[in-house]
Amino acid sequence: MAALDLFRSQRDLFVNLTLRELRGKYKRSVLGWAWSLLNPLATMVIFSVVFRYFLKIDVPVGDPSGLHVFAFYLLCALLPWNLLANGMTGGMGALLGNANLIKKVFFPRSLLVGANTASLSVSLLIELGVLAAALLVAGNMVLPWLPAVLAVVAVQALFVLGVALLLAVTAVYFRDLEHLVGIVLQLWFYATPIIYPASFAIDALRDKPLLRWLYEANPMTRFASIYRDLLYHLRGPELVDVAAVVGWTVVVLGIGAFTFHRLEPRLAEEL
Amino acid sequence: MTTQPAVEVEDVSKRFRLYHDRNQSLKAAAMRGRRARYEEFWALKQVSFEVAEGSTFGLIGENGSGKSTLLKCMAQILRPDAGAVRTRGKVSALLELGAGFHPELSGRDNVFLNGAILGLSRKEVQERFDDIVGFAGLERFIDTPVKNYSSGMYVRLGFSVAINVEPDVLLVDEVLAVGDEQFQRRCAEKFTELRADGRTIVVVSHSMGSMQSMCDQVAWLDHGELKAVGPAHDMVDAYLGSVQMGGVPVGDTARWGSGEARIERVELIGADGAPIDGSIRTGDPVTFRLCYKADQPIERPTFGFALHTLDGVHVTGPRTADQGLFPDVILGEGTVELVVDRLLLLPGTYDLSCALHDSAGLHPYDARNRALRFNVVPGAPHEGMGGITSLGGEWHVDVLDAERRP
Repeated sequence: MAALDLFRSQRDLFVNLTLRELRGKYKRSVLGWAWSLLNPLATMVIFSVVFRYFLKIDVPVGDPSGLHVFAFYLLCALLPWNLLANGMTGGMGALLGNANLIKKVFFPRSLLVGANTASLSVSLLIELGVLAAALLVAGNMVLPWLPAVLAVVAVQALFVLGVALLLAVTAVYFRDLEHLVGIVLQLWFYATPIIYPASFAIDALRDKPLLRWLYEANPMTRFASIYRDLLYHLRGPELVDVAAVVGWTVVVLGIGAFTFHRLEPRLAEEL
Repeated sequence: MTTQPAVEVEDVSKRFRLYHDRNQSLKAAAMRGRRARYEEFWALKQVSFEVAEGSTFGLIGENGSGKSTLLKCMAQILRPDAGAVRTRGKVSALLELGAGFHPELSGRDNVFLNGAILGLSRKEVQERFDDIVGFAGLERFIDTPVKNYSSGMYVRLGFSVAINVEPDVLLVDEVLAVGDEQFQRRCAEKFTELRADGRTIVVVSHSMGSMQSMCDQVAWLDHGELKAVGPAHDMVDAYLGSVQMGGVPVGDTARWGSGEARIERVELIGADGAPIDGSIRTGDPVTFRLCYKADQPIERPTFGFALHTLDGVHVTGPRTADQGLFPDVILGEGTVELVVDRLLLLPGTYDLSCALHDSAGLHPYDARNRALRFNVVPGAPHEGMGGITSLGGEWHVDVLDAERRP
């Protein structure tokens, strides 16, 4: 509840910081906002060529939607993945990049991390909006599922916030954290069914229960599955997936907020 | 009923870590099995005092005495390791101007951003927007990205936002001297206005003169400990007395010259003929004495002094040559004096430089930059508006009776 009060009293600052991130990001480029769409688009083209045409990965047919397009299957998981990846990278820089501000002005420092996650979430919403429009054109009637997508984005944003809070303060104490996180992100990316269907991995890990259990425990696997159910298959998500992501979010946000709260008072000295 | 203090500092202690080998990487931590070795250092030790509401309160002390640390504790930027700081009302700190400006955003966007950082709501910024921009004098440039601003414009906008927060408690760390003359005057007016409004101001400064004229109460810190609290005038005098500001050679004094003759000593001599110990009052007689030693005969030398304020403003630079005074030759030890009947400098801190040149003033034998720092404290004439020097004038006002007016 303390967090809610904080948000209420600092809403204007939070909004301003988020706008700063959003406006500042593409300010100096000719294409401006278009970059935020071009990036996933380029990744989509590359992955489609490599994995669909070279490696011949086949994706399931949408059930009940009947959609059978690798690019859509990919984007439904790739866009949410980008929120996590950018949220982690941006989270590490949220405090370090604002050292001067933290040393000179008092305000709740968690807002810097929150604004970073929030601005990336807004980007994700825009990207998902474009994806939804493309899906509509392709004949996938996603409109009834969009409110549920919004709810999932909200949960995922909180999950990413938890991770980012933890990384933000840790990065202040260990400046080489970004190298480690780069490796973790790469590993995590391939351990999540983004460029391939989850069934590939689960089949391959059939006789290795521990690895399989780990694979299924991966919260991003669950998020990917939910996004695909809603946008690609046009069906309600599995309850076990929903329970898993909500559980993960509560735990990760709890750890992140606790760690941040513990280390926050000494930030001005350590930076 | 007594009024509540605006700021209560209660038993505040603050500890810093001095790292021996600052180790901020996972790699090093993993290899050595620990994060870093450090020594503890108490920047503040059990400091307690209260700042009365509506007063202007000064913090004085030498460098490293903990003034800025204490100010940051008041601003909640640092958290004390023991004790507590309690503040009443909205607190705004002028520690750095324009912190948090985003270079790519326009001045307008940055005003809203900075206002929000300083605790204003969007509506409050909107109400004050014209004041803020007008005060900074940046109406024409407000939609330009701030990265294109000159540093003066940048700082002016930052100051303008901060001062327009209209806090109940304003914390200031020696940032008053920004911008050009006109802007400085507006700042001074704004401070007077804030004081008249009954706002509380806490200020850290090395300029003893302005502390004495501005502050009601002053706390004197020494190596993190509170030495005394009391009326500004007494405290500043006591402080200056203790550090013998009347003749403190400045540590990082620059010195150059060919060295055939050297300036051995510079002193300020008071009316009683003794070197001044403590501080000089405006209006008092003073003699600037320079003792030299020439190893070789030097023909027609020129002696000179120069006075600067701490901000580097050149106040005056009297030379013997200006009076057509050229000693034929100097050899061995001797003294030169500049006798001033009535020192017209207004309260403040000043640096005295001195030099020994050839007759043309081109070749330096010995020059000592900022050889001596001294303080001037209020005396007569007393001028409330401050400044560098008095004109020593006298007012004559003819008042016409209302009836006799044509």
